[in-house]
Amino acid sequence: MTPDLECIDLTKRFGDTTAVKEVSFSVPPGSFFSILGPSGCGKTTIMRMIAGFLQPTSGDILIKGKSVLDVAPNKRPVNMVFQHLALFPMMNVADNIGYGLRRAGLPKAEITRKVGEVLDRIGLPGIGHRRVDELSGGQKQRVAIARCMVLEPDVLLLDEPLGALDLKLRERMKIELKALQADFDTTFVYITHDQSEALVMSDQIAVMNNGRFEQMGTARDLYYRPQTPFVAGFVGDSNRWSGRVERAEGDTLELRTENGLLIRGQAHGRALAPGSSAEIFVRPEAVRLSRNEGDLSAFDNRMSCRVTSLLFNAAASRVLVRDAESDGEIEVSLPQSGEFDGLSRGDEVHIGWSGDQANCFPAGAG
Amino acid sequence: MIPTIPQSRPFRFAYSAYVILFFLYLALPLLVVTVFAFNDSQFPSLPWEGFTWNWFFGDSAPMIGVFHERPILRAIGTSAFIGAAVSLLAVAVGVSNAFLFTRHKFRGRGLLYVLMLLPLVIPGIVLGISILVFSSTVANSVWDSMKWDLEVLRPGLTLVILGQFSFIATIATLVISARLQKFDQTLEEAALNLGATRLTAVRTITIPYLAPAMVGAFVVAFLMSFENFNTTLMLVGSDAPLTIAMFDRLKEGSTPLLNAVSLLLMLGSSCLALIMIAFQRRD
Amino acid sequence: MREGTRIGFILLVTPLLLWLTLLIVIPHIDMLLISLRERVGVGEYQFSAANYLTFLQEPLYLWTFLRTAVMSVTATLITLLVAFPVAYYIAKMAKGRVKSLLFLLCLVPFWVSELVRTFGWMILLRETGIVSSLLQYLGLVDGPVEMLYNDAAIMTGLVYTSMLFMVVPLITTLGSLDDAVIEAGYDLGGSGPSILREIIIPHAMPGIVSGCIVVFMLSLGNYLTPTMLGGKDSLWFTELIYSQFIVRFNWELGAAFGFVLLFLSSFIVWAMLRLTGQTLEKTMG
Repeated sequence: MTPDLECIDLTKRFGDTTAVKEVSFSVPPGSFFSILGPSGCGKTTIMRMIAGFLQPTSGDILIKGKSVLDVAPNKRPVNMVFQHLALFPMMNVADNIGYGLRRAGLPKAEITRKVGEVLDRIGLPGIGHRRVDELSGGQKQRVAIARCMVLEPDVLLLDEPLGALDLKLRERMKIELKALQADFDTTFVYITHDQSEALVMSDQIAVMNNGRFEQMGTARDLYYRPQTPFVAGFVGDSNRWSGRVERAEGDTLELRTENGLLIRGQAHGRALAPGSSAEIFVRPEAVRLSRNEGDLSAFDNRMSCRVTSLLFNAAASRVLVRDAESDGEIEVSLPQSGEFDGLSRGDEVHIGWSGDQANCFPAGAG
Repeated sequence: MIPTIPQSRPFRFAYSAYVILFFLYLALPLLVVTVFAFNDSQFPSLPWEGFTWNWFFGDSAPMIGVFHERPILRAIGTSAFIGAAVSLLAVAVGVSNAFLFTRHKFRGRGLLYVLMLLPLVIPGIVLGISILVFSSTVANSVWDSMKWDLEVLRPGLTLVILGQFSFIATIATLVISARLQKFDQTLEEAALNLGATRLTAVRTITIPYLAPAMVGAFVVAFLMSFENFNTTLMLVGSDAPLTIAMFDRLKEGSTPLLNAVSLLLMLGSSCLALIMIAFQRRD
Repeated sequence: MREGTRIGFILLVTPLLLWLTLLIVIPHIDMLLISLRERVGVGEYQFSAANYLTFLQEPLYLWTFLRTAVMSVTATLITLLVAFPVAYYIAKMAKGRVKSLLFLLCLVPFWVSELVRTFGWMILLRETGIVSSLLQYLGLVDGPVEMLYNDAAIMTGLVYTSMLFMVVPLITTLGSLDDAVIEAGYDLGGSGPSILREIIIPHAMPGIVSGCIVVFMLSLGNYLTPTMLGGKDSLWFTELIYSQFIVRFNWELGAAFGFVLLFLSSFIVWAMLRLTGQTLEKTMG
């Protein structure tokens, strides 16, 4: 099947700076594709090149197998939901949604019918006569999507559209967006710097940094099997150490950190010979917390620690502990099963994690 | 039609050409005025008779330069005096109005605000005649009842100043209000909290904040007064300000002397404008 | 209201009231009263509408009035058409230093008195002027051409004189239009003209209205430009007012003319605000 959108060696330079470096990817029909990266990584540049507001320095963009480099933005079969939505303040909701249909020269009656249908589909029937500034944040969001979807584009581009919403609404809109995408069965390309937006909604995610794609894969791939230190650090939280490899047996490593801690970890196929320096990432939620040492016998990394502080944050609560051996601080997830209700500062605890969960990368690999 | 939307080359070329033509159109009259101030001829027109400074510094007929032409110098003095008086009045009233409209909510506020804007939409000549008519009504009735001749209410400097003030005050009010509206009132509250009285807080915090707008309003008011023609024309007495004096001369036929005066005016107002920009940039 | 606030309020409201009543409201009422009286003997007057009847019955007066109105509307439209592309260029196409430089260049001519600007046009357009000499030099005409003292010259001067008051409000409103809104228009399939019609012009409407109001007012009330560029027979309504007041000393008729002018300008301003759903506070304040 031809992918809906394909970028080949896409490069964009502004003067001396290269915003996007040889990025290639393809998005299969009907999928939700996200580009995740910190601000300034070049993701907006990619999006504006796909929409036609920037001309790539080199490379090609294909939509349904056809290059669109020579197609003006108003003729491309892609539509865009802008960061601040860019709803037309001088028009009411129906005129906003009908704008593209009027441009396509559809008869009035059909425009009215289509606008009514799409309003039903986004769950806002009968608000066509309202002015744009009378809508709530979530309603604006849906109208902006409807304004594009009514044109049945091959690809819908979304430029951080949830950024301006407050937290509660953002959580709800994530689910709603995913449902809308499934409902319309259209390819969505979504860019964001918020990992949870990308993880929750996407079929495929590309993590971008410094103009390049670091890794592309499903949310689980990125989380469990990061391929670069950047991805390991950017997606999810991690405890992070720098160290040196002392022993290597296949992919299983034994490393000594700079502050003297001995850690067993996994190279996952990356070249890490004894003596080379490495970076080690362990997620707080991969670390098991226990009051007695015996519970942790299954883990190949074990240490006893003292609690230095409790960071209560509902389901995402953490505890900071200091290990007896290296006196370094480690962040550990605090299970909310009731077992640690009485935990307080200064208590002695034991922690452990499996060497499988300690991702090791050659130092300086990006 | 913004830089991010690709446009055809001929279109971009035509558009730029249009903008350049527009600026030529703007510059043209000022350029010719400037150039002919230095023409060694009795008329500000071609042919070019050679370069001369005489229209500025010449002291013998027929080429008496600006700096030796008494009536013109006096007219400049009159204009400057009127301008200073009008600007001072307008800025003072403007500050007062700005505080009134931004700080007080009172009945009739909307009506007063619209009334305050009205002078902008009354033709200048009508403003002039209405003040002329009213002042002579008052002067006549004073004469009839008390046999006093109120010289101030006859056409002359006072009426010109009042006439110009009547609409320049609106502009000063708008300029100063615009800045006062942006003022963060918690700054004043902080000053009160630190022990200032209400008046001291305004004097030490708010007024310095307003200073750029006040200077701006003063300069704008001065320029508007200096170049006002319509209202002044109806109210002028024997002391003609510069625009009226030049107009009278122009009716008799022009010499490059008028170009020289015009060039000095341009330089003067550019200097004022630059001072204003510099003052506002410092802020 | 607290006592202190009350005194402050009175201090602030007094200058405003003095200004508006003594210089604006009462003078206009007085002018209205004078326009509504007729001289029946030495120092004797009676209430009558005779001055207004004279205005309506004398073809020259009525003709001059209509002509001034039509020419002012035309000048306003031409100014809008000339200024809009330039304002758009400065607001949306130019960036950074170029933008501020162009904006400043727009302002320059208006730091200079209207008299000087008009004088410049006289030097350019008169029989012995630059344009005429240039045309002769190029061999396009045989003898000197007089380009002053006609309606086109008046129009050129009016448009030039009012340009700033159109360009500045247009730049301000166009500048507040988010680029993303224009891009969204293109993204949804819009083309240049349709975006201009449906997005840019509706957005710029407040600026267009306030620019048009000011330009119209300035043209209608202009005396200098029609007199100097249009010559003796330019038939501008302000010239009638001037001659009644200063030359013929017929203040009653002059006041009536003044009122007719005020009425026309207020009516057009009101109609323009009404048609476009704007208010005076929004467009002027």
